[in-house]
Amino acid sequence: MKWISLIPVFSVGALLLFAAKDFPEWGDPHSPASQSPVSSHFINNTGVDTEVPNMVTAVLADYRGFDTMFETVVVFIAGIAVLAILKGSGRRPRGRHRSYKLEAEPDLIVTYTVRLVVPVIQLFAFYVLAHGHVSPGGGFQGGVVMGASFILIALAWDLDHALVRMSLPRCMVIAAVGIIIYAGIGFLSMFMGGEFLDYAELERLLPVSREMARYYAILGVEIGVGFTVASIMFALYANLSSEGRLKGGL
Amino acid sequence: MGLELLNIFILLLLVVTALAALRVRDLITAAAVFGVYSFLMCLLWAEMGAVDVAFTEATVGAGVSTVVLVATIFNLKRKSND
Repeated sequence: MKWISLIPVFSVGALLLFAAKDFPEWGDPHSPASQSPVSSHFINNTGVDTEVPNMVTAVLADYRGFDTMFETVVVFIAGIAVLAILKGSGRRPRGRHRSYKLEAEPDLIVTYTVRLVVPVIQLFAFYVLAHGHVSPGGGFQGGVVMGASFILIALAWDLDHALVRMSLPRCMVIAAVGIIIYAGIGFLSMFMGGEFLDYAELERLLPVSREMARYYAILGVEIGVGFTVASIMFALYANLSSEGRLKGGL
Repeated sequence: MGLELLNIFILLLLVVTALAALRVRDLITAAAVFGVYSFLMCLLWAEMGAVDVAFTEATVGAGVSTVVLVATIFNLKRKSND
């Protein structure tokens, strides 16, 4: 039976390899993706429209800002779903599984290293978030790095130690605030006379040109994404590592 | 030519780690191998010039998702004789 199932596996694999031959060469300027008017429009107009040097950030947060907003909402919903499933599910007695005593003392070398490293990680997270216009990065990556710093605290000591700094209710409030920031900037540009997430209309609030208004609005939107992603990453870890009981080490 | 060789080397390692993640008995080891796989993908993307994607892969794929997988596996009851 096992050998029979190998036949479709190999035939589909061979078909895929056969189809891969038709792909354009990597970096080919004549490939359909490079020749479409959309990509040349972004390449030519990003610097003119928004003054953002990193095209990826401009496309992500401005040209397809609506898409990115609901990606952030998806992250938020994922966090809420894990919370809804796990919250209160770990209350039943576990038998021998959790009867042993968890580790007594956090390791000295590990905690000392984490003490040194966590401020650097968090500073780097802010750098990645704020520097997303110029270099790779942005709200999503910065948020993940920020959430990872709290996960590191929870790994080195235990979950209680990290929850003192970032409790779960606070996590969820910050996550919601992130989405409110994003949608709020969108509605604000609507009230200023543009369309939803049409940042250029914010020039009436900010003492800058239309292009720089888009630049700063992208930064604001990235901050919202960073809030949501950072807190949801930590909330996911906190719930999954303790089965929703929110105490103890790993 | 050098980059071509590097690409082939990374792609071969990708196949090896993918097979290893399937073959390995221990779930924690499989999670760690998946982390290696993600990091190799990150290298590949950085080498192709998609640095934003590479950054996301390094933070989410190799970092947080591995930690979340390990955290979940620690809470599973493991019934294994080896």
